[in-house]
Amino acid sequence: MNSSVSIKDLSLNFGAVSVLKDLNLEINDGEFLVLLGSSGCGKSTLLNCIAGLLDISEGQIHIKGRNVTWEEPKDRGIGMVFQSYALYPQMTVEKNLSFGLQVAKIPQSDIDKRVARASEILQIQPLLKRKPAELSGGQRQRVAIGRALVRDVDVFLFDEPLSNLDAKLRSELRVEIKRLHQSLKNTMIYVTHDQIEALTLADRIAIMKNGEIQQLADPTTIYNKPKSLFVAGFIGSPSMNFLRGEIAKRGDATVFTANGVDFNVDAYEASGPLQAGRKVTLGVRPEHIKVNENLGAEVHDATVDIEEPMGADNLLWLKHAGHTMSVRINGARRFSPGSQVKLGFDMSLASIFDAETELRL
Amino acid sequence: MPDTIALKTAEVALAPVKSFDGPNGKKPKRVLSPRNIMLYGTLFVAAAYYLLPLYVMIVTSLKGMPEIRMGNIFSPPMEITFEPWVKAWATACTGLNCDGLSRGFWNSVRITVPSVIVSIAIASVNGYALANWRFKGSELFFSILVIGAFIPYQVMIYPIVIVLREMGIYGTLTGLIIVHSIFGMPILTLLFRNYFASLPQELFKAARVDGAGFWQIFLKIMVPMSLPIFVVAMILQVTGIWNDFLFGVVFTRPEYYPMTVQLNNIVNSVQGVKEYNVNMAATILTGLVPLIVYFVSGRLFVRGIAAGAVKG
Repeated sequence: MNSSVSIKDLSLNFGAVSVLKDLNLEINDGEFLVLLGSSGCGKSTLLNCIAGLLDISEGQIHIKGRNVTWEEPKDRGIGMVFQSYALYPQMTVEKNLSFGLQVAKIPQSDIDKRVARASEILQIQPLLKRKPAELSGGQRQRVAIGRALVRDVDVFLFDEPLSNLDAKLRSELRVEIKRLHQSLKNTMIYVTHDQIEALTLADRIAIMKNGEIQQLADPTTIYNKPKSLFVAGFIGSPSMNFLRGEIAKRGDATVFTANGVDFNVDAYEASGPLQAGRKVTLGVRPEHIKVNENLGAEVHDATVDIEEPMGADNLLWLKHAGHTMSVRINGARRFSPGSQVKLGFDMSLASIFDAETELRL
Repeated sequence: MPDTIALKTAEVALAPVKSFDGPNGKKPKRVLSPRNIMLYGTLFVAAAYYLLPLYVMIVTSLKGMPEIRMGNIFSPPMEITFEPWVKAWATACTGLNCDGLSRGFWNSVRITVPSVIVSIAIASVNGYALANWRFKGSELFFSILVIGAFIPYQVMIYPIVIVLREMGIYGTLTGLIIVHSIFGMPILTLLFRNYFASLPQELFKAARVDGAGFWQIFLKIMVPMSLPIFVVAMILQVTGIWNDFLFGVVFTRPEYYPMTVQLNNIVNSVQGVKEYNVNMAATILTGLVPLIVYFVSGRLFVRGIAAGAVKG
C-alpha cells in the first residue's frame, strides 16, 4: 500500500519545551487513523503540524509523496474540521462552503457544482441560505465537514469534531463520519480523547502520551494486546483490573501470585519466558472474568461490594483477596451486595506487564 | 386522615382552577418598599446633580442679557431668544476674527474625521497582526507600544514640535492629524489586539486552511465580526480628538484652531461685557458632537452585540 501521509522524525519545540519528539508515522492511502490521548499529549499539536498551521522544529511531512514541510496549509491538499466548527458567522452556509473556492479563484459554475454535491452528500441543502447562528450543533458540524468536502482534498483532518455535541448527536454523527469515510475512501486523520470514537471509527489507533506515540495498531490489538500499562489503562471503560504481584513456579505450573493468592498463567502467551520471582502487574479486563459459571479449572472466592446495573450490562465491584475488581456481566444477572461469588479468570485474554518497564511481557 | 387527603385530591381534580389556599402564582411587589425608596431616591439625586448644570446652561443660553443680570439662574427664561446661539455660531469675536464658532467647527471636523479613520485603520491592522500572526519580537513590539500609552503627553510635545518642523508640516492640519493618529495608536492597538485575541483561534485557522491570506482573513473574516469594537474605537477617538485642546493649541496656527480652542478664546475674550448667554450657547454647541456620537453609536453598539455578531 502506498502511503498517503508520512511523518519523518518530526520534532516540535516551544522554546525549551519539547512538545513532539522524533515522531514517525506512516498513514496508508484511504486509512482512517485516530490519534488518541488525554489532553496535553500533543495529538492536536501533531494535527496542526500536518495541516501546516504550526511550524515544526525538525523533520519532514510528506502528503501524497510530496514533501510539504514548508508549504502553506492551502497547498497541502488537506481539509480540516474543528471542534468549535469555526464557521464564519457573518456568512451563510453556502458562502461558508464556497469561501475557500472563491479565494482559490475557481470559476463560479464549478463552485456551484461542488457546493451542490457536498450539500447533497451531507444533506444540508435546506440550510444553504441560513447563517451558522441559526443552525444546531450537529448541523454546524455537518457544514464544517462540507467545507473540507468541497475543496476536494486528499486528506481530511478532524480535530475533536464531536466533543462539543451532546451524547446522542455525537453517536449519530460518528456513524455519519464512518459512512462518509466508507463512501469517499479518503485518508482521514482524526484526533479525539474519546476512546469509543477511536475504537469505532479507526482502522488504526495511535495512542499518544507526552508527545510520543505509545502504540500504533488496529483497535482489536490495542484493546486485547496493549503494549504497555499506560495503553492498557487508557483504553476500556471501566478500566482494566490491575493486580501487582510476582511470577512463581508451583511444580510445572507458572503462576502469578499476589496477596497470597495464586493465578495459573500457563494459558498466557508471553513474548518471552516468565522467570520466577519477576515483579509484574497482571491486567484483566472486566468482561474476561467469569462469575459463577464457565469458571474453568481455577476458582477464586470473592464478595460483591457494589452493583452498578447499566441496562445491557451489569457491573460488579468485588472484593477479592485484598483487591478491588470490576467485573462486567450480563445485565439480567443480578447480585445483591455482600453475596459470595466464585470467579474464573481467562488468562489467554489477560495481559502481563513488567513492574519496572511497564511493558507487556 | 387518609380519607381527607383522598377527598382533597378529588376536589382538586374536580375544580382545578385555584382551589388551593395561601400564596400562589406571581409574588406581588410593593411599590413603596424601603428598598425602592432608597434606590430611586439615590438615582434621582444623582441624576439631578448631573443634569442641573446642563439645565442652567440651556436656560441661560436662551435668555437675553438684561434677564441674566437679574441673577435668577435657575428660573426659566421669561422671553426665549435664540440670538445668543446665532451669535455664538456666526459672529462672536476672537481677536480680529468675528465669525464665531463656525470656523472652529469646520476645523475640528477636518481634524477629527481623518484622524479617526487613519488611527482606527492602522490600529486595527496592528491589533490583528499582533493577535493572530505572532512574529519574532511581536511581544516586545507590543510591550513597547503599550508603554507608550502611559507616558504623559506633555513630555513629548517639544520633540514632536521639532520633528514636525523638520518635516515642514508644523502648524498644518496634516501635522495635527498625524499627531492625533500616533497618540491614539497604543490604546487602540491594545483594544483591537485584545478583541481579536478573544475571537476563536479556530476561525483564523479555518480561514488559513481555506487559503485566505493576511488581508483576506482580515477584511473578509475578522472585520465583519468586529463591528462592536470598531464602534468602541470610534467613540473613543471622536470624543478624544474633538475634546482635545492642548495639541490643537500647540501644533496649529490660529486659522486652523479647532472648536475647543475657539470656544476658549470666545469665553475668555476680555473686551466688552461678559456675554454669559453666548458663552453657554457656544459651550453646548462644542459639546454637541461627542454627545450625538454617544447617542447614535451607543445604540448601534448595543444592537451589534444583540444581533449575535460576535457569537460563533
